[in-house]
Amino acid sequence: MTLALIFEQLLNGLQFGLMLFLMSAGLTLVFGVMGLINLAHGSLYMIGAFFCAVAAGATGNFWLGLAAGMAAAAAAGALIEMLVIRRLYDRDHLDQVLATFALILILSEATKMVFGPFPLYLNAPPILSGTVNLGLVDYPLYRLALIGFGLLVALGLWLLIARTRLGIRIRAGENDREMIAALGVNIRALYTVVFALGAALAGMAGALVGAVQAVQVGMGEPVLILAFVVIVIGGIGSIRGAMVGALLVGVIDTMGRFLLPRAFAVFLDASQASGIGAALASMLIYLLMALVLVLRPKGLFPLHA
Amino acid sequence: MTIRASLCTGLAVLALSGGVAQAGTATVGLITTLSGGGAGIGADVRDGFELALAMSGSDAIHLVIEDDGQRPEQAVQIADRMIQSERADILTGIIFSNLAMAVVPSVTAQDVIYISSNAGPSPLAGAGCHPNYFNAAWQNDMLHEASGAYASEHGMTNTFILAPNYPAGTDALTGFKRRYTGTIAGELYTQLGQTDYAAEIAQIRASGADSVFIFLPGGMGISFMRQYSQSGVDLPVISTAFTVGQDNLPAMGEAAMGVINSGQWSPDLDNAANAAFVAAFREAYGRTPSLYASQSFDTANLILSALAVADVDDHDAFRAALRAADFDSVRGDFAFANNQHPIQDVYIRQVAMVDGEITNRLLGLAIEDYVDVYAAQCPME
Amino acid sequence: MRDTHREYALNTVLALGLLLVPLWALWADEPFTITMFTRIAILALAGLGLNLVLGLGGMVSFGHAVFFGLGGYCAGILAQHAFNGAPILGLPGTNQMLIIWPVAMLVSGLLAAVIGVLSLRTEGVFFIMITLAFAQMVYYFAISWPAYGGEDGLPIYVRNQFPGLNTMRPLHLFLICWGVLMLALGLFAMVRASRFGAALMAIRQNPDRVAAVGIEPFGIKLAAFILSGMITGLAGALMADLSRFTSPSMMAWTMSGELIIIIILGGTGRLFGPVAGAAILVGFEVTFGGLTEHWKLWLGLVLLGAVLFARGGLIGLIAGRERLG
Repeated sequence: MTLALIFEQLLNGLQFGLMLFLMSAGLTLVFGVMGLINLAHGSLYMIGAFFCAVAAGATGNFWLGLAAGMAAAAAAGALIEMLVIRRLYDRDHLDQVLATFALILILSEATKMVFGPFPLYLNAPPILSGTVNLGLVDYPLYRLALIGFGLLVALGLWLLIARTRLGIRIRAGENDREMIAALGVNIRALYTVVFALGAALAGMAGALVGAVQAVQVGMGEPVLILAFVVIVIGGIGSIRGAMVGALLVGVIDTMGRFLLPRAFAVFLDASQASGIGAALASMLIYLLMALVLVLRPKGLFPLHA
Repeated sequence: MTIRASLCTGLAVLALSGGVAQAGTATVGLITTLSGGGAGIGADVRDGFELALAMSGSDAIHLVIEDDGQRPEQAVQIADRMIQSERADILTGIIFSNLAMAVVPSVTAQDVIYISSNAGPSPLAGAGCHPNYFNAAWQNDMLHEASGAYASEHGMTNTFILAPNYPAGTDALTGFKRRYTGTIAGELYTQLGQTDYAAEIAQIRASGADSVFIFLPGGMGISFMRQYSQSGVDLPVISTAFTVGQDNLPAMGEAAMGVINSGQWSPDLDNAANAAFVAAFREAYGRTPSLYASQSFDTANLILSALAVADVDDHDAFRAALRAADFDSVRGDFAFANNQHPIQDVYIRQVAMVDGEITNRLLGLAIEDYVDVYAAQCPME
Repeated sequence: MRDTHREYALNTVLALGLLLVPLWALWADEPFTITMFTRIAILALAGLGLNLVLGLGGMVSFGHAVFFGLGGYCAGILAQHAFNGAPILGLPGTNQMLIIWPVAMLVSGLLAAVIGVLSLRTEGVFFIMITLAFAQMVYYFAISWPAYGGEDGLPIYVRNQFPGLNTMRPLHLFLICWGVLMLALGLFAMVRASRFGAALMAIRQNPDRVAAVGIEPFGIKLAAFILSGMITGLAGALMADLSRFTSPSMMAWTMSGELIIIIILGGTGRLFGPVAGAAILVGFEVTFGGLTEHWKLWLGLVLLGAVLFARGGLIGLIAGRERLG
């Protein structure tokens, strides 16, 4: 086990963490503003990936695909908000869970009906393929780009919330709905915009991550659960919490997968150690989440502390 | 209670229509995965079967198809319904081993024949073999063993092996190691359904291996190959048809180019039955068939061949007719071993660009007249 | 109060219908209908367990499938050890339902105690998510733990036995499940009418006021959670015997979602809500699953409609809104 390998694994953990942040940013934004728990977030992620794959395939340009994926997810988000989500803001979390669970069933099946049952082709743009020498290791350029994207989204969201008119309204809406309605802000339109923005973020994550994973029906479900782990650890609704949660989960999951089998190999044979190590590694992030919630029942960065 | 009432009438009607099986005809229930990530494979299983029926021009088979959603409980419920309510004589179509393990024992115990067109878990091939259970695909270890044999014979001496952490994954690595004579540079089990393989690829890079063997079916394989091709690691990859089959190749694209893999069939396998099958499949569905489609096609023809000589209600005669396997398999020679699993040749294929399409090309034979290692534990003659 | 009468009438129809249709099916030689109703009874029992915490206590557990699966594994593991004669933890395995059930309930109850103690410190979305996390943890463990089959699951070659009945006959197994369900319904009604139940419902509406009169909400909620886990675990043991198989997919998060769906479709907090909900869900799967490959789309639409427009579930539609209090 060399220093270079440990360095590379840490970098992988960081990279995976930022990928998770991309996946969870929209989810936590929507919860923070509207108090809505949206299980269909993973489906919007899937829609982004599918439209990106089709558009990139048709035009031969990944960036056009990315734009198409984001646009499609945002449009789907706005439509879903107006038809369904709007009726759920005043409901309890149980109704929200169920209605959005129903949306998963509907969107998955609809995606299969539109795009067919087979996984789609989507590859990283040529300009981002290949590896870069980072001194200790050669690292895939696209993964570095994903780190960059994650940081850009974090910065963009911060700017949006702290510096823009929309951000002021969002912050006001988080604190007191009636008040900003009284100030003449159209709350309905604001919520539709925020939900569409969250959907666009999900779609962007789907398109970006889809280029290194399988674009297929159901791809959003594991992502959904991971994203929930991330935002629950961070404190639901907090962008900063999502970033910290994502990095924690990314690094701990990666290092667990890397180190646990090796730890067991000290006293077991290689096959067994790998099996048991992998089994424990897959439980690790849920253990982390449980631990955080036991110690801090509202996550690391509670929204309304 | 109208739902319940209409349900019962519905079931009764289905039971009547299914119950009229005469000599030479049979009701076949096809349970397969038509939703979620495995839906593409299920589509191939369904299309392969239906194509065989259409090409035969026979109406001896009354086919009932249903989606199992890749859930064992769902599959068990559907199997019960097909047997008890639609009076199915034969069931087939299940793709995943864990679903097969749930369904097959209860089907065979109800004295209904199950013919596996995919999935061959070892418990059903060895001591748990059953006169009502036939496997027209392979035993789970078979293709992985062939890859191990090929790796040993072609100068790979230090291979890194990787599979998901579930029984089919451990079977795969055990199968590979059984015929592999080199050393294992590293052995890793990943999470089932895992999507990011950066941590594993880093370990492959650091291991000093000269080759990589993977068993990552479905979306896992797509994710791995895409990430591997961008990682700068250029060790040769050896695998099986499950990871780089025609169901996955269009999505993988150039990332899969050159991957060596084993399969008992290939689209370019040279025999008349196969040429007709591949041409008809492309014509009917506009895509190249996968291994899964070929197995389902064979299963349908196997059933038709038995129906031509025996009545499905005469169980002994019908089972004997199935065992004779008197049909033109698209994989060439085909016979059943004592455990009613295939005796067949396993080939080595390579992913290549053929006529503008990324597909598999035959390289050669890996194992001839293969009989799986569990057959010896099966008490059937 | 008229609505209460209507609910009683509906409950009677459900309880008798659940019993009479399989009897008819035996006469009409429709064994699958019996199997289907056995499944309804078992899922209703699992839902009833969840209804205790979700319906009465307002705790949305999104991980109840873990108890369902654990109960299934208890049945599967004990049966396997009885089958191959190997002892487990120094004790012999068994194929007697009357021993398996208490074991399944005890083990599920223990796990519920652990999960409950840790999870009940949180509220709202955090409670939903932490119960999901615990379930996922056990789910992944079950998939990768090879001793009892891993993802392949564990077959039960011969159904476990019940004194005086032949469990391999569909009607006998159904009668066992129906009987257990009726007992559990009786227990639920008793709990709801008891001081414990009143405290539980009061906590849902106003925890502070309950604490002010000197009742510790945590203890009440924990007791309900444990009882709930035990009932759902018992249902899991029965389900394993019905499908003669147990597997990690019984613990999948979609199964947890399905249990919630059963309660919502039937009517949250209603005595017979899970029975009605399970009947709707299974009926839907069986009819639409055979008709169209896209049945999940329709299931989603029905569910969405139920959440948006029929908040009281089926029982709420027929018997009116739940009375407050």
